[in-house]
This record gives sequence, structure tokens and C-alpha cells, in this order.
Amino acid sequence: MANKPFAITLKPGTSLNNLTGSWRSERPVYLDRLPPCNNACPAGENIQGWLFHAESGDYEQAWRVLVQDNPLPAAMGRVCYHPCETACNRGQLDTSVGINSVERFLGDEAIKRGWKFDAPAATTGKKVLVVGAGPSGLSAAYHLARMGHQVEIQEAGPLAGGMMRFGIPKYRLPRDVLDAEVQRILDLGVTLKYDSKVANIQQSMKDGGFDAAFLAVGAHIGKRAMIPAGDASHIVDAVSVLRSMEGEDKPMLGRKVVVYGGGNTAIDVARSVKRMGGEPIIVYRRTRDKAPAHDFEIEEALQEGVMIKWLSTIKQAEVGEITVEKMELDEKGFPQPTGEFEKLEADSVVLALGQDVDLSLLEGVPGLEVKDGVVQVASNMMTGFAGIFAGGDMVPSERTVTVAVGHGKKAARHIDAWLRGESYEPAAKHEIAEYKNLNTWYYSDAHKTVRPMLDMIRRQTSFDEVQGGLDETNALFEARRCLSCGNCFECDNCYGVCPDNAVIKLGPGKGFEFKYDYCKGCGLCVEECPCGSIKMVPEDI
Amino acid sequence: MSLQTVKFYQTGTYTVGNRLLGPDDRSVQSGELRSNSINSGHRACQGCGEALGARYAIDAAMAESNNQLIAVNATGCLEVFSTPYPESSWQLPWIHSLFGNAAAVATGVAAALKVKGKTDVRVVAQGGDGGTTDIGFGCLSGMFERNDDVLYICYDNEAYMNTGVQRSSATPPTARTATTMPVGKEPGNVFGQGKSVPEIAMAHGIPYVATATVADLRDLEYKVRKAMKMHGARYIHIFVPCPLGWGSASHDTIKLARLAKETGMFPVFEAEHGEVTSVLKIRNKQPIEEYLKPQKRFAHLFGKHAHPEMVAHLQAIADRNIRKYGLLDEEKAHG
Repeated sequence: MANKPFAITLKPGTSLNNLTGSWRSERPVYLDRLPPCNNACPAGENIQGWLFHAESGDYEQAWRVLVQDNPLPAAMGRVCYHPCETACNRGQLDTSVGINSVERFLGDEAIKRGWKFDAPAATTGKKVLVVGAGPSGLSAAYHLARMGHQVEIQEAGPLAGGMMRFGIPKYRLPRDVLDAEVQRILDLGVTLKYDSKVANIQQSMKDGGFDAAFLAVGAHIGKRAMIPAGDASHIVDAVSVLRSMEGEDKPMLGRKVVVYGGGNTAIDVARSVKRMGGEPIIVYRRTRDKAPAHDFEIEEALQEGVMIKWLSTIKQAEVGEITVEKMELDEKGFPQPTGEFEKLEADSVVLALGQDVDLSLLEGVPGLEVKDGVVQVASNMMTGFAGIFAGGDMVPSERTVTVAVGHGKKAARHIDAWLRGESYEPAAKHEIAEYKNLNTWYYSDAHKTVRPMLDMIRRQTSFDEVQGGLDETNALFEARRCLSCGNCFECDNCYGVCPDNAVIKLGPGKGFEFKYDYCKGCGLCVEECPCGSIKMVPEDI
Repeated sequence: MSLQTVKFYQTGTYTVGNRLLGPDDRSVQSGELRSNSINSGHRACQGCGEALGARYAIDAAMAESNNQLIAVNATGCLEVFSTPYPESSWQLPWIHSLFGNAAAVATGVAAALKVKGKTDVRVVAQGGDGGTTDIGFGCLSGMFERNDDVLYICYDNEAYMNTGVQRSSATPPTARTATTMPVGKEPGNVFGQGKSVPEIAMAHGIPYVATATVADLRDLEYKVRKAMKMHGARYIHIFVPCPLGWGSASHDTIKLARLAKETGMFPVFEAEHGEVTSVLKIRNKQPIEEYLKPQKRFAHLFGKHAHPEMVAHLQAIADRNIRKYGLLDEEKAHG
């Protein structure tokens, strides 16, 4: 007592002698959980990672993180069916984050501002042949080039983009956007040879001295159906129609155009026909909810005046008209004929019944397995022949641009490892950040930004892009709707709510640490963490 | 709303901090250099609402007064767990008073500072609901009536917790305590007439009266800082759940405070010179059961021998608070 100033009996802060951490039976630990958007992305994008930078308005950094996985954000921001948004936890709170629209904004911003990819790693001296300049081939070429390999793409057609150009209409993906993103990949030093159809892959590899090849020729042969038809009836396939839309000579389909099929391609054709002044009618054998086309595309087509005849099959095609039979679904959901017939005016019939792969380039390659018209690949995307990898529509998978881009990345990683005589092992996935891990009280109420749509007359008469983009202010708003599921975004809640002052704030970007000497294990930090990046684990006692 | 809300910053104003906010817009608690007025090593129970509320409030008062602050502390949980001899958790000049005279001691401290001309040094008095609404009530009323330059903060955990959970005049009706056992026709605490010390403080016409909870940090800090900008008698009543006395999980402390506000059971408002100037609106109204069920002190209202009429009575009390203070936005009130 004698050493202390007047009236002071206890020294300030001396309770630090009392290590209350010994009371604890459970301890909180920080962890990273896998956000559902990242988990759902077929292209393996680190969506939450790039949204993080977009949230602070650092769009260039956001774009750089984005293109670590996907070199085509402006295209993907338009044509991707965004399974990320379906998986988004915010969908259970109000509406999912408009990931797709922010991706498009970043892609467009990159084109507008002329951002370039980071320079490739040191050259490895290895040469890789990529066959096909579609999304999968472009993605593989991009990733291989960034890894330092010398890449040559050989494309059978006169232009790059594959199905992004010859399958997806302009009103969904303007060609200047596609051209800009392709050019940026070529600027990395990738060689692209047009009109170079690979007839024999082994020969082409030998001729060019390639160490490995990635095949991504796509599926361009329209499936035919046996329709009894008169000699003069006009039946064409959807892929040819869409391809000819790109050229000078627009397809001659007449006024009344019947499109046969219920997939996205059927919708694309019908909407294109509408824009050319025709009167499209889709004939599909099942019902709307059974149609493989995405519902929003069906909705947009209906809005534009496309007619759809559900539960109908084409029995006969003659000049100027077709006969359809009405169907009904049996208890298993399969369409069965009813014997009721109807005639429809039809100047032409477009078959949109799916596509096959042209596998002629693979003839004579030993060890290759082809099943159901597609090439079988192992989990590393390699075919049965060592050094030849394949991806995109020519391997078993869902046929979308996003899946193709994902294949390209995955194949590139395995090709890179294979060229070094190693094998690529992806990092183990973290546990998924589920909605129940979140404390949603802390998020502001904010509904999704609705993207502007082109007015109806222009949608029906021109190939102008239907869906508009975000601008800088609402892109920022949209990015900030991200809940950051499963990963700390430095909201300081744990640091604030600890009654024992047992959390250390390490500073911006560095996160937090627990002072286990004093943490009593109450669990408040876990309960009040908005994004679920802390959990309690039992102490070893 | 009383405090400036931040729009569309992912979490708005709800979280403690936000990496996207400028330093001036951040809470005191989010700062790496907050004063931590009550430091680690104190002996409060796991998940103690009072320890949390005290750090929130005193750190904010320290920030507002440039750390020129003296705290007077009534006997009670806060005093017991923070200063077991020979240790202290406090990191500011702090004096322990009797159970019932914290307001009078603070008055004395303020008078001494005035005599010595130390106008920059400010005084807070703090106590629990027992020391404030029961035992210290006379001294408190005197401090109000004289308009002494003291901010009095009551941490309300609705019973005498450190002596073994005995009923206080702040204990809610039906709650089980050591002295209001859940037996007989009307188990738990009686309904009585209630006693709102914030309203009594307002009746004194003092410059500032406010209520707050540990679930709304930014609102709490705003009110403490506002009170510290004023002189004369000021009173802030902070709702602090007690896991021990309420029989709730230690990790539910903030959730229960939030539910007390969202059900209307604890109205959060501020008043100047006896007039209510703003209320914290209910964001997502919840039925009273949501608040009662996680607490064992209300367990006898549910289950095999349930008392739905008592739950309905509590709901009526919450609804009256909502009407009286206008806690719901217009469209929500009719929707």
C-alpha cells in the first residue's frame, strides 16, 4: 500500500493476472468455409473473392481475381445460366446476389478501360496444340499461356468463339464483346490459325512438334429425326441456321417457321426468326416444366411473341404445312401419342433436337474410348491416349459455355502437370457455408438490382442486346449485397461482442486472433459472426 | 431514426465495424485503440451482458471525454467481478461506493472537480438495476432533481444476480428468481404495476434520458457520446441479459437483448428534458414467445403446465410499449 498513490488500492488492469481461459471447455476458432456460389460455379470461379474487391470499388483488382479462373467475363456475364445465383444463400434472405450482372460489369469495364492480363510466367519451352477456338479451347489456351507454355489454336472455321458465335445469337452476346475478349487472349502470345481443320490429331501433333494437345471441337452436327416428308418440304437443322446467321447470306426460312425441340437452341432459333420478320412456332413433345430450355428464356421468347405448341410431335411435313400429333404425359412423365392430329402452316421446319460431335480427327488414335457419341476422359480430362486431353461439348457433360470454360481451366492444370511429369492434385474443399451458419440480422435489407431490358419493339425487330448492364453505382450496390458466406470480411463483430476483450484485431486485411488466456468460451463471437467464419471446438480435457 | 444509418454497405450500421467505412464513421468498439476500460481477466460469467455493456458504454464515454473520466461504481455484480482484491480490471480512475449511494458519491466527485476547476474531467456513475431502481433510488432522484453534472448508467439485468438472483423492482412479471419461485396459481414474479426508471428520470425533466441494449452497439455508443456532450444530470438505462440469472445459453446474450427490443418488451428510445425525441424502431417484429422460450426463468410458462394467459399478459405489455413509443413503422404497424 505504501508504494501506491493516495487512495489507490488496486492497480489498473491488474486482472490480467487472472487467466480466465482456464474456465473454458470449448474454444472458438476461425475457419474458412466454401461459399455456395464458388462451389456451384462450373468454371470454378472464386466469386466471393472477386466480389470482395468489387465491394470496395476496386474493379480492376476484382477483374484480376476473376480472370484467374475465367478469361471471358464479359461473355460469361451475358450467357452464363449462373448456377451461383441459384446456390446463393442470400436467395433465402431476400433475393440472390446478381453475381452474373456484376461479372458482366467487370468484363465490360475491362474492355472499356483496356485492362490486359498479367504477363505469362517464365516460358517452359513446351508446345501445346489446342483444337477449336470455342470457350473451352480459348480457356485452355489462356491458362496454358499464363503458365508459360507455347500455345497454338487450330480452328476449323473462319472466326473464333465456337458456339458463342455460331450458336448464341447476337442479341444475347454482341460480337464486339466476344472479339475483344478473344483478342485479349491472343495478346498473351497465343497463336490462332483459322480455317485449319485438324483431320488427324496425331499427324498434326507430330507435324507441329507439340508435346500435348487439348481437343475442344464442340458439337456442331445437328441431330436429325425421321420425319416423313414430301420432296419439296424444307427441313433444316438449328445449328446450320444459327451458323448462317453470322454470315452475309441470312437463311431463307420463309414466313411461317416451325422449330422442333424444347431446348435453348430451339428458343434461340425461334427468337432469331422473330427478329428477321418471321412467325416462329415452337413444337415440343412435352410440357413447359419438362423443357430443357431455361425458363427465363422461354418467358422472354413468349414475351417477344414466339408461339409454342406444347405436347406435340411432327408426324408429317409437306410443302407449306406440317401435321402434328397431340401428346399426353403418362404417369411417368413421358409423352404418349393421342391419335389427334392437327395441321400447321409451315414454310420450313428447323430441327433443334441436339447436336453430335464430329469425331473424325480422332480416327486411328489408339486407346480412345467413344461412348454415346462423345469422347470419354479421365478425371484429369485426359483421353485414353497419353498427352491428348479433351473438354467442352465433345466430352460427357452439360453443354454450356461455363462448363466449357471450366473444362479448359481444369485441363490446362492437368496438362501443365503432365508436361512436368507430375500430377495435379486440387486442394481439398472446405466445408460448405450454409445458410444456417449465418447470422443474417446483421445484413442490411437490400433487394437485387433489376437489369434493364430492351424495349419490346426493338426486341422483336432487331438483334440489339436484350438485357442491359449495370453502371458503376448499382454494380457497387449489387456487389455489396454479398454476404461473404463462410469467410471473414472484417466486420469487427467478434472483436466487439467479446465480453472478455479476448479478441485481438490484427489490422486491415489481417483478420483477428483469439487471446485464449482470457477467452472463457461463451460462444458469443460464433453466434454473432454474420458470415459463419468462426466455430466452437471442444477443448481436450 | 436517431443515429445516422449507413446504407448498402453490406451490413449497414448493424455490425460493430465495417472495412468499407471511413475511420470517422466507425464505432468506438471497432477501433484497435479503444480504451478497453474493463480489461480481460475479470470474473464475470461466460457471456456476461453487463461486462459487455459496461465496456461498450465506458469506452464510448472515454472516447468522448478524451479519456478524462472518473467512474463511480455501486456495489453489485459489476463491482464484484471487476475488482476482486487485489486485482482490478478497470483502466480508468474508479471508485467503489455503497450499494445505494453511487449517485450521491458521483455528485460529490463532480462537486470536487468543480471546486478544483477541473472542467475537462467528467464523471459517470454506474450500477445494476438493484442499486439503481431499488436501493439507490433516493440518491438517484436527488441527483436528478439537483441536476448534478453526472451521467448515471444503469445496467439492467432484471434481478440481484451477484447475491443469488433475488427479485428487484426491475424483474419482469412471471420471471422465476430465488425469491419469486414458480409455484402456485400465478408462478414467478407478480405482475404488479411495474417501475420504469427511465420514465421516472424523464419526469424529473433532466437534460437527457435514454435506453439502449447490448444488441445495438452503434445506438448505444451514439447515446453515450451524446450524453457526454451535455452537462447536468443524464441517465442511460442499458439492457444487459444475464445467462446465469435468466437460465439462458452464454452465446445467446446478444440475441436475447435483440429479441427484447424486437418484441417490444424493452423499448429503446431517447428523451430530452422529459420529452421523447426518438425511438429505435422494431425491424422485424417477433412474438413474445421468441424472447421467453430460450430463458429458463420463464420455463414454467410453457410445457405441460403452461400458462398461456400469462404469456398473453406479457404480450399485452409488449404491445402497449409498441403503441406508447411508436416502435413500429406505420406500414408495419398495420400490416
